[in-house]
Amino acid sequence: MGVLALLTSIITITLRAGTSLIYGTIGETYTERSGVLNLGVEGMMLSGAVAAFATAYYSDSVWLGLLAAAAMGVLLASIHAFLTVSMRARQVVSGLSITLFGTGLASFLGERLGPESNNYNLVGMVGPKFSPIEIPLLSDIPILGAFFKQDILTYFLFILVPAAWYYLYKTRNGLNLRAVGENPQTADAMGIDVIRTRYIYTILGGALVGLGGAHLSLAYAPGWTENITGGRGWIVIALVIFAMWNPARAVLGAMLFGGINAVQFRLQAGGTTIPSAYLNMLPYVMTILVLVAMTWWETLSHLVGAPAALGQPYMREEK
Amino acid sequence: MPVLRMRGIIKRFPGVLANDRVDLDLFAGEVLALLGENGAGKSTLMNVLIGLYRPDAGEIRVQGRPVEIHSPRDASGLGIGMVHQNFKLVSTMTVAQNVILGLQELPFVPNMAEVAARISELSDRYNMEVDPQAYIWQLSVGEQQRVEILKLIYRGAGILILDEPTAVLTPQEAEELGQVLKVMQSEGKSMIFITHKMGEVMAFSNRVCVLRQGQLVAAKRTVETNPRELARLMVGRDVLFRLDKEPMTPGTVVLELRDVHAVNDKGLPALRGLSLTVRQGEILGIAGVAGNGQRELAEVITGLREINEGSVLINSRDLTNCSPLAVINSGVSHIPADRIGVGIVGDMQVADNIAMKGYRKSPMAKHGLLNRQRIIDFARAMIDVFQIATPTPQTYVKFLSGGNIQKTILAREIDACASLLVAVYPSRGLDVGATEAVRQRLIEQRDAGRAVLLISEDLEELISVADRITVLYEGRSMGFFPATEAEVETLGLMMAGAQNEALATVGREASDAVGPDALARPS
Amino acid sequence: MNLILRKRESVSRRAAILVPLISFAVSLLFGALLLAVSGANPFVTYAAMLQGAVGSAYGLSEVLVKTIPLILTGLAVSLAFRMRFWNIGAEGQLTMGAVAAAGMALFWSQGLPDWTILPLSILAGCVAGALWAGIPAVLKATLKVDETLTTLMMNYVAILYSEHLYYIAWRAEGYNSGTERITEVAWLARFAGRAHTGLFFGLILAVALWAVFRYTRWGFELKIIGSNPTAARYLGISIARNIVVTLLISGAISGLAGAVEVLGLSHRLQQGISVGYGYTAIIIAWMAQLNPLGVVFVAFLMASLLVGGDQIQMKMRLPASVGVVLQGMLLIPMLAGSLFREFALELRRPGEEVAQAKPVEVA
Repeated sequence: MGVLALLTSIITITLRAGTSLIYGTIGETYTERSGVLNLGVEGMMLSGAVAAFATAYYSDSVWLGLLAAAAMGVLLASIHAFLTVSMRARQVVSGLSITLFGTGLASFLGERLGPESNNYNLVGMVGPKFSPIEIPLLSDIPILGAFFKQDILTYFLFILVPAAWYYLYKTRNGLNLRAVGENPQTADAMGIDVIRTRYIYTILGGALVGLGGAHLSLAYAPGWTENITGGRGWIVIALVIFAMWNPARAVLGAMLFGGINAVQFRLQAGGTTIPSAYLNMLPYVMTILVLVAMTWWETLSHLVGAPAALGQPYMREEK
Repeated sequence: MPVLRMRGIIKRFPGVLANDRVDLDLFAGEVLALLGENGAGKSTLMNVLIGLYRPDAGEIRVQGRPVEIHSPRDASGLGIGMVHQNFKLVSTMTVAQNVILGLQELPFVPNMAEVAARISELSDRYNMEVDPQAYIWQLSVGEQQRVEILKLIYRGAGILILDEPTAVLTPQEAEELGQVLKVMQSEGKSMIFITHKMGEVMAFSNRVCVLRQGQLVAAKRTVETNPRELARLMVGRDVLFRLDKEPMTPGTVVLELRDVHAVNDKGLPALRGLSLTVRQGEILGIAGVAGNGQRELAEVITGLREINEGSVLINSRDLTNCSPLAVINSGVSHIPADRIGVGIVGDMQVADNIAMKGYRKSPMAKHGLLNRQRIIDFARAMIDVFQIATPTPQTYVKFLSGGNIQKTILAREIDACASLLVAVYPSRGLDVGATEAVRQRLIEQRDAGRAVLLISEDLEELISVADRITVLYEGRSMGFFPATEAEVETLGLMMAGAQNEALATVGREASDAVGPDALARPS
Repeated sequence: MNLILRKRESVSRRAAILVPLISFAVSLLFGALLLAVSGANPFVTYAAMLQGAVGSAYGLSEVLVKTIPLILTGLAVSLAFRMRFWNIGAEGQLTMGAVAAAGMALFWSQGLPDWTILPLSILAGCVAGALWAGIPAVLKATLKVDETLTTLMMNYVAILYSEHLYYIAWRAEGYNSGTERITEVAWLARFAGRAHTGLFFGLILAVALWAVFRYTRWGFELKIIGSNPTAARYLGISIARNIVVTLLISGAISGLAGAVEVLGLSHRLQQGISVGYGYTAIIIAWMAQLNPLGVVFVAFLMASLLVGGDQIQMKMRLPASVGVVLQGMLLIPMLAGSLFREFALELRRPGEEVAQAKPVEVA
């Protein structure tokens, strides 16, 4: 393969692999921006994936499948929101419960929602999916063409990512949201409903994470297999930090995390001696470094804006 | 006609009548000072006005119309806004963003250029230099305060309440604030500022209302009164109850502070060259309104706060900037101001809490193992001696009443005290019985030869319990007096920062202000 | 009419007992619903799970097999949580413990007398786990870096590293994955089916930790730090030092869990050394309310759910994931319910104010 073609194919694959990550990251970014840490992403993504595939399989509609995935994400996120915001449970514990529950639920549904002919199992079934749509002319451009050989969910990201960025940084709602995550006492004093805000964005985040799962079972690896996410939910959590809670930077991070996977095969073929494991580890180590840097350099953390109130329950009557 | 009229405001909290039929008038374009000690009811009254509290009785009229204020939003709608002592600002956002935060009439995509322009226009008009694009964390405290004021003006406030506005400002900034107030006046805004500082009252206000123990004791035009009169009104001229104390001859110096400088949590100077001594067998009382360095003083002595300059000596050993453990091991005990947040561990037993000083040594522990029986026995003994009302020694301490929590802390600290006891607002919020008990204990410790540093806002307590008194104002001591000679009026003036007037009342000049160690009698 | 929460005047004993029981019932109910909706008979299924888990010697031994790592990681996590240090890195600490134990047994103990290999491997596992937890601990104690995220990230690094080892670097000839079998002298004895003596480590440690919290100075200080760190400072207790020491121990215990899995169960380093035990441990620790003896009981319960699930998969061809779903469900009602121990629900007319304490001082 010529170098240009190689690069183009790498980018194409990276984008495909990264799409579910980006959906999830934007969702979790919004959740965390409101001050809620949701560690249940892996469970939500898996449940979203199975819901999407099962629905699409029986209704023969990918769009209904998408809806189901979002609904599943909303459901699980609502539980988390209720427990952490209203019941003031520990966010870490609640999130991990959701992961455990969501993972189990996904396995269960995967083994019971299938057709009788396959022993009720969904594994191995073939259903409708989103296929890549090549945009004529644009998709022939070397390298950049990769962006135009994607499926519709990825194309939607071209709108979603800038919109998410714009909403957060340029609108009144985004301003209020950021205030809630930074300083809920101040936001409350300025008349913003902290509880409502946290509920809304946690649930919204859940919907997006569910959609991320849908991309896996309806486009990237069509069908259903146990562990279809391969740990992507956990990567999302790292990505949010890595992107420093900025939806636009999420794309870069997703490309990085997703791309390393795609690239390593090529590297092996090229005969390098760096074990792929170390490459795979790199993003996580970098995330730790980002965390240290952010906490250590006050200036940096001011500029970067880790939501200062992330992880704390909010109680107004603290006298 | 006044722009604001409050009549007969009554506000009760469990155990205390915070506002007792208070009346207040505010006229257009005037600056009204609300003067009083802590607990006088100034903040409560303003919180009623701003909608954070609902009064139990009384009426509020704005521009002659009776109104009901149920929330800060309501107040804002009426053009009433407050600049709190703790600024409500998001430090990672810009000035402009903070100003428009939560504003209802904002379009979905705010035109930030317009907002910035309007802020600039307002800041020019009111003589408040502020850069709309600056981030809050980049601004000085004085600049942040301006942002808070701008927030109110931007939302059309006509009545502005400022809570202890100069508490966080440098003298320079305080002056600038005064200029800003004048401009706001000329623009027709009316202002109320809460304060305990005489200088501000005389310099900035047109009229002053004095509150004492929940009641309005005076409302005067500033030009028609003077600091002495105001101080007297502020602290009252009650007959003082002096406890029977045995006269003691103080022994060697236990605690010595030499020219100590320290900053508070916000990085502002809290102690500015404070010197004092406390000897065995004496109680040194530190008077002053909270916020003048009291907390920092206690923390500096107990090793919880860094000293930038100067030194702390305990039993003649230099313990400047040593760990809290080193200080504890020198026999220092501390009764903290925040008894529930810091003085006890609520989710642990009373017995455990009482043991939290002595648990490192025998008989409570040996070779790292706790002897639970000894701990319980000790706790029972303490419960008895200190009359702590608790169902059992194993009850979680958070369920005790305030007075009993304080007794638990006292039991622990007094038992562990070998040389110095630092007590910060020890009887705050306690009923009469508990207060008596606390004061008795302090005197007991002194009689037993310990040194006691008593930081209190209650002048009566200080005069009756302490042997010597000083007033802490803006991080400095205003001179030391034997308690027997301390006049309430004098102390009141000092607490308000009017040192010259205060000294004049006892026939002294500033130049012969007594030094840290003196038991001087007037010549 | 508003529904508000009012702080109680004393801990409700009733709630403390009722809440876990009701939570368990709620989860069973939900599980039954799920089963019914998907066409299986809940009663039959539950009975089969019970039978499969504890109804036979074989089942019981399998439950013990799973209980061992769950007790150890549950203890490790509860120790850290006592100090409000949110160590969610038990998974990675366990993995590194397994790696170190395998490494010691396979490669690094050449030339040493046979009887030393087992103890050294165990030790290696503990040290590796300790170090793995120590890094985030030091970062928190010195630089105040949030531990939730650092410990989580360390998990991936550990998992990826271990994958590299058993897929590539340490892979034994002829296998697709996994190392050589560890020499028999380094095996932990089994006493019932596949259940091995690692269990006793768990039980002994549980009692030891219980004793530490109740009877030692150190345990006392930990309780204070976890409850009220500011008060701890005022009392002269060193928080930074305690964070590091406690986390080293917590990591060591998780590392031990990994070591005994390798030395007692699989006898090699391979795929599946941990199936999320580190995360389940967090649920266990929380459900047991951080009580070491409670951890033992809850770990057994969780293991039973897992084995019960496996059994019904084999016998009834129902999804094993029923066990996992129940496990995940268990904590959710508990989290909702635990609030009621401290707060009571009350109806209040709008405008009526809560009786407030004396207002906070102005200054």
